[in-house]
Amino acid sequence: MENIRNFCIIAHIDHGKSTLADRLLEFTNTVSKRDSKAQVLDDMDLERERGITIKSHAIQMDYIYEGKKYILNLIDTPGHVDFSYEVSRSIAACEGALLIVDAAQGIEAQTISNLYLALGQDLEIIPVLNKIDLPGAMPEEVKDQVVDLLGCDREGIIHASGKEGIGIEDILAAIITRIPAPKGDPAAPLQALIFDSAFNSFRGIEVMFRIFNGTLKKGERVKFANTSKEYFADEIGVLRLEKEPRLQMEAGNVGYIISGIKEAKEVKVGDTITHKDRPGEAIQGFAEVKPMVFAGIYPVETSEFEELRASMEKLQLNDAALVWEPETSAALGFGFRCGFLGMLHMEIVQERLEREFNMTVITTVPSVQFRAYTTKGEMILINAPSDMPDPSSLDYIEEPFIKAQIITKSDYVGPIISLCMDKRGLIKNQIYLTSDRVELTFDLPLAEIVFDFFDKLKTISRGYASLDYELIGFQTSNVVKLDIMLNGEKVDALSAIVHREKAYDWGKRLCEKLRELLPRQMFEIAIQASIGAKIISRETVKALRKNVLAKCYGGDISRKRKLLEKQKKGKKRMRSVGNVEIPQEAFMAVLKLDQ
Amino acid sequence: MFQSTLNKKQFNILHLAGIYIHIPYCRKACHYCDFHFSTHFDTKERMVDALIREIILRKDFFSSPIDTIYLGGGTPSVLSSEELSLIFKSIHQHYALSTTLEITLEANPDDINDDNLSLWRSLGINRLSIGCQTFDDAILIQLNRIHRANDSITAYHMARAKGFDNISIDLMFGLPTQTEQQWIADLELAMSLQPEHISAYGLTIEERTVFGNLHKSGRLTVPGEELQARYYEQMMTMLADKGYIQYEISNFCLPGYKSKHNSSYWNQEKYLGIGPSAHSFDGSNRMWNDANNMTYIKKIESGQVPYTLETLSLKDRANEYIMTALRTKEGITLQKLTEELHYPEEKLRGILPWLVQNGWIEQSSDQISLTSSGKLLADEITLKIFLN
Ligand SMILES: Nc1nc2c(ncn2[C@@H]2O[C@H](COP(=O)(O)OP(=O)(O)OP(=O)(O)O)[C@@H](O)[C@H]2O)c(=O)[nH]1
Ligand SMILES: C[S@@+](CC[C@H](N)C(=O)[O-])C[C@H]1O[C@@H](n2cnc3c(N)ncnc32)[C@H](O)[C@@H]1O
Ligand SMILES: [Mg+2]
Repeated sequence: MENIRNFCIIAHIDHGKSTLADRLLEFTNTVSKRDSKAQVLDDMDLERERGITIKSHAIQMDYIYEGKKYILNLIDTPGHVDFSYEVSRSIAACEGALLIVDAAQGIEAQTISNLYLALGQDLEIIPVLNKIDLPGAMPEEVKDQVVDLLGCDREGIIHASGKEGIGIEDILAAIITRIPAPKGDPAAPLQALIFDSAFNSFRGIEVMFRIFNGTLKKGERVKFANTSKEYFADEIGVLRLEKEPRLQMEAGNVGYIISGIKEAKEVKVGDTITHKDRPGEAIQGFAEVKPMVFAGIYPVETSEFEELRASMEKLQLNDAALVWEPETSAALGFGFRCGFLGMLHMEIVQERLEREFNMTVITTVPSVQFRAYTTKGEMILINAPSDMPDPSSLDYIEEPFIKAQIITKSDYVGPIISLCMDKRGLIKNQIYLTSDRVELTFDLPLAEIVFDFFDKLKTISRGYASLDYELIGFQTSNVVKLDIMLNGEKVDALSAIVHREKAYDWGKRLCEKLRELLPRQMFEIAIQASIGAKIISRETVKALRKNVLAKCYGGDISRKRKLLEKQKKGKKRMRSVGNVEIPQEAFMAVLKLDQ
Repeated sequence: MFQSTLNKKQFNILHLAGIYIHIPYCRKACHYCDFHFSTHFDTKERMVDALIREIILRKDFFSSPIDTIYLGGGTPSVLSSEELSLIFKSIHQHYALSTTLEITLEANPDDINDDNLSLWRSLGINRLSIGCQTFDDAILIQLNRIHRANDSITAYHMARAKGFDNISIDLMFGLPTQTEQQWIADLELAMSLQPEHISAYGLTIEERTVFGNLHKSGRLTVPGEELQARYYEQMMTMLADKGYIQYEISNFCLPGYKSKHNSSYWNQEKYLGIGPSAHSFDGSNRMWNDANNMTYIKKIESGQVPYTLETLSLKDRANEYIMTALRTKEGITLQKLTEELHYPEEKLRGILPWLVQNGWIEQSSDQISLTSSGKLLADEITLKIFLN
């Protein structure tokens, strides 16, 4: 066990974690030149297309240091704030972390938040100054920042470039000499923490774990502590570029188990795998995720509801931050109310449902979670506008507030403060990290920042601002429910909860936006916004007058059929409510009122 | 048991077989047209040889006699008497022909003269389709047509005088600068000629044409959707008043004068298409020849027919039936759709009542067909009924 090192790579988004992982994998010959490609651990299509890491990815390397062979379990983590739950779970499987800081960007918001996550688990932190090859690198200045943040030795900060392969040997040496070997007793009762899982259509459910105590052998009868379900360890092994089966794995190691689990629901990250016959105690699991945004996900074809449920269960195996429960919409029928960590997370969930599970879904207007108090003193959680109690029984409403940490250049402090004020924010603190870098702290309503705040922040700061936030509690708030009617029928999936002062303006702009987004149909569509019984705005989408191709080209029937079939496909992304076909963009219209 | 065989028979009362021959040459390129044609005639002779070879190569396509022959284009009226004679000779030699043969030739007004008319009649051509398009000279110029309105009128009368008793004229509407008055005038003039058949097409802006380019760059304006709809409605009422039957979205005829050949496209009949870009249908496969004169000629000369083949799935067939039948006066036979093509009945039950209530579709027992307002939205309605 003293030759095992478990570590993760953490950083702010784009500071070069996955690229550095590439170099470590190459240097240790874990990935052959032939299999090598940029950010090889980002193996999901979505990750490659977007150039960001979405999932933590564990991989094992061998390395000989001073004549001794070591096993290094690396976990590359995402940097985007929406995937922080991935980071926190990875940290639980490690004794150390490489904290990467971009030498040109310096410390940013998620550098700090991820560092705190790691310190919370007592990880040994190895600071790495990355991208020193960049012409704009400011090694000395950024090292000052790191020293201030960590209170570490200046000499302990490793200079590196993932791109140029600089500093890789130093990093490997530091991992071995500075990160402690895992502690644990191979002879003790088995305690293996589940930190991730995945659904594989060929092999079933794969469960990723870190063994803290005991030894797990292939074929043994195991039990999941929290669910008390028992399985056979049909296959166990380590995570190389491919999964590599092993006969036995001991305390300190990281690996996977395949055990014929049929029900996705039986696997929960944070559960403990132990033996049936000599059970160890359950390890403390993970803190529950706190979703920031809620939205409904509905199948486009109502008949696909059960299929969607099965797909969501499978997806949840691989996305522990996704929470959901069934809900019913008058307009859309049966679907799921889902909680996400942010808008990007929501988008990724929708994409993965479509790509990995072949579902066509509609996501409804996103909203934060409000709390409504009735005149009887009851508290009702409002995850969807339709949860709002009748105004006559409503006493007051509270909305969630966050503490936002914004790190920026001093030049942009003014505009950022006025943006936050405009968003009903309250400035709490302002610290100069260096003469030029400022950390601003605000209390803000979550509803104001979760949708497009970050885009605005980036625009006004020309990209020189990073944001991190955490929920701090609820405050009384004057919000109302804004309803949308199409041809006189209320479409609950288009309702939104908005601040009363902004409601009229929103209603008007929402109707205008919907007029743009709803395609013309065979009949006129009246779009109305209302608050309670009061109509506050109206727009119309005129009926289509003529849509008929003059001529079926000679005998070319195929051409016209294919043309129409393509159009029909396009309509598949639309959901019919009554007879009105509503495209997905319309449900997101609320978010685009400024554009 | 007895019942169902009877029904099967009912669906297939007429079994027509037709040959289409594509003549890919035009004297001038119309600015709106993206059919396959060339304005270079240097390959014409070789092409005719190739057409004849293809006629022979595919002589076993049909198992029943031919009912219709259609020469289209391009411009078939550019063929010389020798060329036309050779083509007809080979058809007569290699195909069994029915006794009530309909033979159509698409003729441009400027090609219609005494000699040609005599020739065409001597070859057995008994139906002419004259490409008038409009009777407005300014618009004809814009369309880059060779002929003028007067040429059309003269040509028409000459054909009549020569004994052609089944004449169709092609019109287009929604043309650049075309006003409602101009369109009404076109219709009135067309009706005054009393043709047996009128095809009237709303202008489609095709991407790879002069109009397509001008339109894309904003240098061409055409009457908008509302006007196009009005022109179409005008036409439907005016032609109906004069006794024309609208037997397909864009086709009108006096009683008894449907185009048998074109109807076979819409009734899932078999047809053989000869020539570059020509389409064939053998009941379960669709084939289309390469749309390039030189590659077509070379391939044929090497003894092969250069076509792409697509075998229709049941779903394809259902969708094609919906798409084509809905455009016809008879409309869709529901029993055929559900029994022969396995279209789910519950889907029909889900959409039909709504389409009927809104006045887009008429239902009489087992048939559904478009109403006048439905015709304007034919594609939209087709999409509603289409299978995914
Ligand atoms: N110049 C230079 N560019 C680098 C270096 N390392 C990474 N990059 C570039 O920085 C961008 C982000 O690199 P990634 O490795 O994907 O960053 P990441 O931290 O894994 O990003 P997330 O996982 O999305 O948080 C890419 O365009 C890399 O090519 C480096 O050492 N020098
Ligand atoms: C391909 S042309 C061949 C007939 C002949 N060469 C002629 O131009 O008269 C057949 C008919 O298709 C119609 N047509 C061609 N292109 C069209 C377009 N872009 N929009 C509408 N109708 C079109 C015209 O009415 C034309 O008469
Ligand atoms: Mg990454």
